[in-house]
This record gives sequence, structure tokens and C-alpha cells, in this order.
Amino acid sequence: MSGASEPRGLGAPVELRHVSKRFASGEGPGAVNDLSLAIPAGAICVLVGPSGCGKTTTLRMINRLIEPSSGQILIDGQDVAGVEPTELRRRIGYVIQQIGLFPHQTIAQNVATVPRLLGWPESRIRRRVDELLELIGLEPAKVRDRYPSELSGGERQRVGVARAMAAEPPVMLMDEPFGAVDPIVRERLQNEFLRLHREQRTTVVFVTHDIDEAIKMGDRVAIMQQGGQLAQYASPAELLTKPASDFVARFVGADRGLKRLALTTVADVALEQASTLHENDHLEASGGPRYRLLLDGDERPIGWVNTAGLAPGQHPWRELADASSPLLTYRSTLRDALSMLLGLAVQTGVVVDEAGRYAGVVTVQTIADSLRSAIERPAEEDAALAAGGAP
Amino acid sequence: MTPGEPLIRWDWILAHLGDIGQRLIQHLVLTGIALGVGLALSLALGIWAARRPVVYGPVTWVAGVLYTIPSLALFALLIPFTGLSLLTAEIGLVSYTLLILIRNVVAGIQAVPAEVRESARGMGYTRRQILWRIELPLALGIIIAGIRVAAITTIGLVTVTALIGQGGLGFFIVQGIQLFFSTPLIVGASLSVLLAVTVDALLVRLQRWVTPWARA
Repeated sequence: MSGASEPRGLGAPVELRHVSKRFASGEGPGAVNDLSLAIPAGAICVLVGPSGCGKTTTLRMINRLIEPSSGQILIDGQDVAGVEPTELRRRIGYVIQQIGLFPHQTIAQNVATVPRLLGWPESRIRRRVDELLELIGLEPAKVRDRYPSELSGGERQRVGVARAMAAEPPVMLMDEPFGAVDPIVRERLQNEFLRLHREQRTTVVFVTHDIDEAIKMGDRVAIMQQGGQLAQYASPAELLTKPASDFVARFVGADRGLKRLALTTVADVALEQASTLHENDHLEASGGPRYRLLLDGDERPIGWVNTAGLAPGQHPWRELADASSPLLTYRSTLRDALSMLLGLAVQTGVVVDEAGRYAGVVTVQTIADSLRSAIERPAEEDAALAAGGAP
Repeated sequence: MTPGEPLIRWDWILAHLGDIGQRLIQHLVLTGIALGVGLALSLALGIWAARRPVVYGPVTWVAGVLYTIPSLALFALLIPFTGLSLLTAEIGLVSYTLLILIRNVVAGIQAVPAEVRESARGMGYTRRQILWRIELPLALGIIIAGIRVAAITTIGLVTVTALIGQGGLGFFIVQGIQLFFSTPLIVGASLSVLLAVTVDALLVRLQRWVTPWARA
């Protein structure tokens, strides 16, 4: 995802150098084989692959819950093997699928876990807890003194994320963090997390088995395969346009063209312009396209007007306008746009800016053109994407 | 019992109120020491056994064997070594608390969800911090449930130690039997039962008070 806001530089780069992990049983599930990855500061790197591919093992080696058999892991240039494990873990946020909130502690105490371990003064802890609860959309006064069992699954998951972010760690590790909630809540949590990440810019290593989640969340995606081998490490766009192997192509799925649509927003394509009319304009005597878009005094679209039925000089009255075109914003993905257009007779979507003013139109043809051009010149676009998303 | 004698002679009770109070306190002290020492030993052994499953079998086996020895026989066996003393009484009483307490300490610690331990470790808790701040507080409910059973058992058993010159309220029971006099027997037995019920009720309240999250 191309980052819109300026990075704050809170994150630290993470680098894995020829990291391997063998278990006593030999090359069993979870083993990792000579894995090298460079994760830029502030990026979200998703490790994705089938179960047993070693993605969780890799994650747990970063905070030394598992020690590598060989190789080096560097955070901000420092070898983690030289840092006391408990001290290292207090500087790394950690979120797991089952969350693991402490049931005997209140929400505030849970969120305060790491700041307390680090010995922050109480007043600072209290401020930070309230700030975080607001950030994740929970009302501090309401939830502060509650116990985890009094919250819903989605709320607990948010608290888990807040707890991991409490001490502003430069790196966060997330192991299938949204895997245990229903799809609707998952989507909302994903969007919220992306929003939080745009503000905080920590480096995130994110494990999932769901390729759609990987493509949605990742600035960089590492696809791993059985035996702990790295199959491909690239931006989501590159994975979809240029899979490095049959395994990757199969893993991202035959619908990768459609998945790519989910990665591109209306802001990324060249908009077309429709012929427009204002409410109090007079129709010129003849000519011009038959369907014209009626705008109000604030340039906000009202609907399409069939000019054939109007006498010259007549006002294109509001009542005649057909508002059946879907309204899109710059942030709408092309997948959502296409899906809306396919369901309608008018295969033209009207794009509005933040203030709701008319900006242009998108047609099925616009979307198809954008797909084709991406496949023709993926390298160029990936460079742009990497520059925007991972500073 | 002497025929014609009433079951309870209230004048005897009134005349012996001070004595009864003293024995009641002694009963509480004997119980308290047994539970305190038993809990300390059980926490140490239970934490060890929870960490090392190899230890759990032997530890509970020994505690189980101790539990099966008839109390009278145990006291008789100890007298040549420790005499008719408080120590003799407490060795017996403590032995009988171990099985239930160790089992509950281990069960309490093992009942801590794996993901709670995992997230604590992942956030940088040391092993000791995990034990004191996570495992034991969460195990507290189950541990106190064990203390309740141990307390009731011990309060009953204390009466038996009257035979080796201790006994608290058991003193009256033995006296009643020896003198064929029902009043002290009934006083000793009913106060012992009352004590057990009261202590149990207090422990239930304690259990609720220290595990507020369980009510949520």
C-alpha cells in the first residue's frame, strides 16, 4: 500500500541473514532453511505460506522465543543474539492469534504491561493507556477497569494490539492476529490496523496463512513453502503480476488479476471526464452528448440527464436526473468499483473528492486498461510502490 | 452415660466457658499452623511438580501414602521420636493437608491458558515474574478451593490429637468418653463442626474477594 502520510521514523529495520532452524526431529514442520530477508524500517512485511512452512518459527526467532540454529537476526543493525531475551522482548510488540490477555487484570493493567516492566512512572502509564484506548476506538472511562472476559472478541483483539504498542516498540510481531474473529470484524480490524500503522510507522512482521490478507496488509510479502524455503519476497503487486514460480502462482491463486484490482485505487487510474451540466445552465440549442451529468451549485453530482427529452433553453431539472450511478471516492479500490459497475445498467461510476465534488468518471474500460498496463509494465510500478510504501 | 442424666447440662457449660474458649483458640492455632506449613510445603512442591512433570508422580505418590496412614497409627508411630508434643500433632496434621493442596497447586498452575503464558513470555516477563504475577494469581481460585477441603479435614483431625495431649476441642470429646458424661462430648463435637462450617464460609468469601475477574 502506498503510504499517504509522512513516516515518523519510529520503526527500525529488521534483517535476517541466512537464518536456519532445525528441530530435533530433523527437517520437520516449522523448520526454516537459510532464510534471508531485509525489512525496511516502517514497512509491514507479511510472512505467508501453508502450515508448517516455518513462518511462525521465523517470527518467534526475531524475539528469541526460539533460538535459530544458525544465521543472524539484526534489528536496527544490532544482533539480537547479543541482547538479553527479556530485555529484547520488551522492545518488540507481540500479538498472537489467541491474544492472551491476562484474565485477572483489568484492560488498563493489561495495556500497561510493558510500560510497567520498563518502570515508567504511573502518571505517564495512565496517560499512555488512555491515549491507546482512544486510538483503538474504545472509550477509556468505559473499559479501563473492565476485565477481558467482559469484552467482545473484536474488542479483546484491539486491546491485544494496544498492549503490544504500549511502549512504542520500533518492531511489532503479529502472528495471525486477526485469525480468530469473524470475517466482518476481521476486515474492520485490518483497516483499523492499517490506519494505526500509517500514524505510527512501526516495522511490522505479520504472519498469516491467508494470501488475501497478505496482499492487503503487506508492503512486502514473503511467500514461504514447505521446508522453510523462501519462494518469493516482493511487493504484493509484483507477486500478482510476476510470480517467481509455479508454487507462488498457485499460492496467489488463478484470480490474481482480480486480486490486483483490490490493490489499486481509483486515485491510481486516469479518470475520464463526462459532459456536465449545472442546475441553472441553459441547454444550448443543439448537439452535445445525449447523457450529461447534472451538478448542483457546489459541484456535487445529482444524476444523469437525458437531454433528448429536453427542449432547448429548458432547465435540466433535478427531477429528470437519474442518480443510479454509483459514487466512488479516490480511496475506492478498483475491485469494489468494478463490482458496483457490473451490477448496474449504467456502467459508469462517478468519482467525487473528499468534499463530495465531481472529479471524473470511471468505466469498465478504464479498469480493464489499468489492469493491462500493469501487466505490461509491472517493474516500473513496483519501484514506485516500494518508494511510496516502504521508505 | 449415667441413666437419668440430661443430655446437655447447661450449668456445666456455663461453669466452663473460659475453658471452652481456651480450647477453641488452641483448636484454631493447631489448624492454622497445619494449614500454613502445609500450604508452604505444597506451594514449593507443587510449583516444582508443575514445572517438571517427572516430579509430579513421585510427589503425589508420597503425599498419597501419607494420606492413607490411619491418624491414630501415625501419632503412635511418632511418639517414640517426638513425644506427646505439639510437633507430633503437627507432623500428622500437616501430612494430611499435603495431598489435596499439592494437587490443587499443580492443577491451578496448569489451568493457566497456554496463550496467556505465551504472551507474557513474548512481552518480556521473566520466569519468576510469570510465576508470581500470572500463574499464582490465576491459580489462586483453585488453590483456595484446596485450602477449603484441607481446612475442614484438619479441623476434624485436630480432635484426634487430644489422645496425645493436644487436641483443642477434642479434649472435651475425650473427656466425655472417659467420664461417661455427654455434655463435654457434645460441646466438643458441635463446636468443632461449627468451626469447620465457619472457616469454610470465610474461605469462600476470601476466594471471591481475591478472584474478582472470575465474577465478570
